[in-house]
Amino acid sequence: MEKKQQLHRQVVMMRQSLFDQGYVDDQFVQLEELQDDTNPNFVEEIVTLYYRDSARLISSIEQALERSPLDFDKLDNLMHQFRGSSSSIGARKVKAECTQFGEHCVGGNGEGCMRSFQRMKREYSALRKKLEAYFQVARQAGPMDTASRSN
Amino acid sequence: MNLSCGKVSLSASSSSCAWKSAEMVPDRFPAGLRVLVVDDDPTCLMILEKMLKTCQYEVTTCNRAEIALSNLRNNRNGFDVVLSDVHMPDMDGFKLLEYIGLEMDLPVIMMSVDDGKHVVMKGVTHGACDFLIKPIRIEALKNIWQHVVRKRKNERKELEQSGSAEDEDQLPKHSEDVDYSSTANEGTWKNVKRRKDEDEDGEERDDTSTLKKPRVVWSVELHQQFVAAVNQLGIDKAFPKKILELMKVPGLTRENVASHLQKYRLYLRRLSGVSQHPAGAGNPFLSPQEAAFGPISSLNGLDLQALVASGQLPTQSLATLQESGFGRPSPKSGISIPVLDQRSMFSFDNPNLRFGETQQSQHNPSSNKQMNLLHGIPTTMEPKQLATLQQSAQPFGSLNVQVISQGALSSGSLIQITQPQSRGQTLGESSTTHVPRLPSNVSQSALPSQVASGIMLRNGMTENGRGLGQNQPPQTSSTISYSGSHTLEVTPNSYPLVATASTLSAFTPNKAGFQENAVSSVKVPGVSMPSYDMVDDLQQIRSQNWEFQNNGLLCNGYQQGNLLQGNINAPMPLPVHQGFSSSQIGGQNRGRYVARKPIFTGEPVNALNIGQQFSSNIHSSVQVKLESLADTVSPSHGLFYQEHFGQEDLMSALLKPQQAVGPPDSEFEFDGYSVDNIPV
Repeated sequence: MEKKQQLHRQVVMMRQSLFDQGYVDDQFVQLEELQDDTNPNFVEEIVTLYYRDSARLISSIEQALERSPLDFDKLDNLMHQFRGSSSSIGARKVKAECTQFGEHCVGGNGEGCMRSFQRMKREYSALRKKLEAYFQVARQAGPMDTASRSN
Repeated sequence: MNLSCGKVSLSASSSSCAWKSAEMVPDRFPAGLRVLVVDDDPTCLMILEKMLKTCQYEVTTCNRAEIALSNLRNNRNGFDVVLSDVHMPDMDGFKLLEYIGLEMDLPVIMMSVDDGKHVVMKGVTHGACDFLIKPIRIEALKNIWQHVVRKRKNERKELEQSGSAEDEDQLPKHSEDVDYSSTANEGTWKNVKRRKDEDEDGEERDDTSTLKKPRVVWSVELHQQFVAAVNQLGIDKAFPKKILELMKVPGLTRENVASHLQKYRLYLRRLSGVSQHPAGAGNPFLSPQEAAFGPISSLNGLDLQALVASGQLPTQSLATLQESGFGRPSPKSGISIPVLDQRSMFSFDNPNLRFGETQQSQHNPSSNKQMNLLHGIPTTMEPKQLATLQQSAQPFGSLNVQVISQGALSSGSLIQITQPQSRGQTLGESSTTHVPRLPSNVSQSALPSQVASGIMLRNGMTENGRGLGQNQPPQTSSTISYSGSHTLEVTPNSYPLVATASTLSAFTPNKAGFQENAVSSVKVPGVSMPSYDMVDDLQQIRSQNWEFQNNGLLCNGYQQGNLLQGNINAPMPLPVHQGFSSSQIGGQNRGRYVARKPIFTGEPVNALNIGQQFSSNIHSSVQVKLESLADTVSPSHGLFYQEHFGQEDLMSALLKPQQAVGPPDSEFEFDGYSVDNIPV
C-alpha cells in the first residue's frame, strides 16, 4: 500500500512537472479525459502512435532540408502536418518550434529553418523521454482516482 | 488504430435507426449522430474518433479523402455530418468539401491547425458549416449536431417554400412522421427530408416499414414523364402544377412534383456547377457513371455485351454506328431501335421501354446496331480525342447511367443535348461520326448511345486516353461520372444529340480538360481509379438516374447510386456487366482506395477487359454482390426491380451477404443501411 501510494505520488509529480516545465499543454488533459475503462491506456497509445507516425514526417523534413535549393513550400507543408500532430497530443514545445519553422519557411530563411528543425528535434526527443518515463511509472502505479489527477 | 475508412465505429445506436428527428425525439439526440471523419494524420484521427465516441456519436474514420468520398457515395444516407481536415495529401479538404456539398449536401466541418483568416474564409466560401482549429477539444465536437439540425431546418424550409401553397400545411405533419419512420429506415437526415417531401400517394416504399404514409417512388417511368413534362414546359417555366397536369399521373400530388422538381433543379444545378470543374467536378460524376455502366450492361446483358465487345473496336463500332445511323439526324428504325433496345437494356426496366418500345422487338437486329452505335460513339471520338472524349463521356455517362438506370443514360444524352447544342454540333462536325441527330426519343437514344458511349468511352477512352489517362490524377475517377452529371439538362433531344451532347456536356467546362477527365475516368474502369470511379459513377449515375430518363431505373431517384451499386453487383449476364461489376467492385473496394495502375492503358478497354481486370481484384466481392443482389432481386425485373430499392436497401442487401466477403468496404457500407426494403 505504501509502495502504491508512493508510486501514485510519483506519478502525480511527474505529471505535474510535464505541465510546469511546459512540455505539454491543456490538450494533454483532453487526452487524459478521454481515457476510460474501455481505453485505459489511451494517452500512452496516442503518444506511441504519434511518435511512430511523426518519425516518417521528420525524416521527410530532414531529406527536404538536404536539398538544394530548399523547397520552402514543401517544407512548410510537411511541417504543417507535423505541427497538427504535435498539437493534437499537446506537445507544447515541439509545437512552438514547428511554428517557428513555419515562419522561417514563409520568410525563405533556410538557416532559420535548419536551426528551428534542430531545436524541434531536441524538444521532440526530450518530450519522448519524459513521457515514456511517466507512462512507465503510471503503469506501475496502476489506476489512480481522479482526485489525484488535478490540473 | 483506425486508419482507414472502412472501419466503422459504432457507438451505441445502430446505424440504421440512429437518428430521430431532433424535434420529435429529443431524448437520444444528438447521440447516434453519424459522423464521418477524414484526416490523413492518424494521431488526430484516433483522438477525434475517441472524442466523438465519447460524445456518443457513431464514428467512421477515413485517412484518405477519396475513400471518404466513395464511402459517402456508397452510403448516401449513411452519414449526418462530415469532419474533414484541410490539408490532406491526396485531396484538398476544400475540394472534398465541394464534392460533398454537390453530391450529398451534407454538413461539412473543416478542421485545421492553421487558424489564419484566409483559411477560415476559404472554408466559409466553400460552404463549410463550421471551422475548427486544431487541436480540437471535445467541447467543440459536442455541438456539431447543431449543423445537422440547422441544415435540415433550412432544407425543409426551402422545400416548403418551393412547393405551392396548397397542401403545404400537410407537409410538415407528414414530414414529421415520415422523418421518423424514414429515419428509422434510412437513418439519415436526408432521407428524412426526402421522405418528408415526398408525400404519400404513389407507390409505397418497401422500406418504409415504420412509415405511415406511402411515399411516392419516383420510378424511372415516372421520372421520365416528369422530365418530359419539364422539358415541354421549359425548365424555367416548369411549375409543379403544370407539370402535374402534363404528367397526368393519377394520385400524384402537386407536392410530390414540387419536391421532385426541387431536387431535380438542385441536381441540374449541380451538374452545371460540376461542369465548371472539369477535372474535379467531373470526376465524381463520372465515376458513378462508370459504375453504372457496369451494372447496367450486365442487366441488359445482351446488348451490352455486344457493345462491350464491340467497344473494343471503336473504329469498327464507329462505322457500325454510323451505319446504324447513329450519327444521322434521321433516325433509322434500326437506330432508334437499337437505341431503345440499348436503353431498355440498360434500364432495369427492360420491358418498359417507354418510348417507343415497339422497337424492342426488333431488338435482335438492332442489338447489333446498338452495339455498333455504342461502339460508334466512342469511335467517333477516336478521330478526335475531343470528340471521342465527348462521346465517350457521353456514352460513358450514359453507360453509367445505363448501368444504373437508363434514365441516367438518357439524361446523359439529354443533357448532352441541352448543353450547348452547338457543342454537339461542333463535335459532330469535328468528329467523323456524325453527332447523332436522331430525333428519336432522347431518352431512348440517350441510353443506348450513352451506354454505347459509355462503353466505348471506357474502351475508347482508355485507348484514346491512354495518353490522357496518364494525366489523370485521382480525380479522374470523378471525370467519369461527368457523363451522368452532365446530362442533367434533359432535353428531348434525339439520341444523336445526346451522344454528342453527352460528350459535350461532359466537357462543357473545359473541353480539353474535361475530356481528359472523361478519358481518365473512362480509364478508370481499367485504370487505377476504377474502384473509385466506379463507385463514384454509380453514385453519380444514381443521382443522375432520375435525371435521366431511365426506363424505370429511376427508382428512388436519389438513391440510385446505391442501386447502381447493387445493380452492378447483381448478376449481370453480360461480360460487360462483369466489367462493370468489377469496376463497381473497384468502387466497392473504395474503402481502400487503391491507386491502381491503369489497367487498360494500352489495351482496348472493353467492358470485358474491365470486368476481367476488376474481376481479378474484386471478383470475389463482385460475385458475392451479384449473388446477393440476385437473390434479392427477382431476375425478371432485373435492374428495374432493384431500382425500387432505395440505395440503402440495395446496398444493405448487397452488403449484407457480402459482408463476409467485403473487407473494409462492406464494413463501411453497411453502416446505416437499412435492409428492409429489398423486396425479394
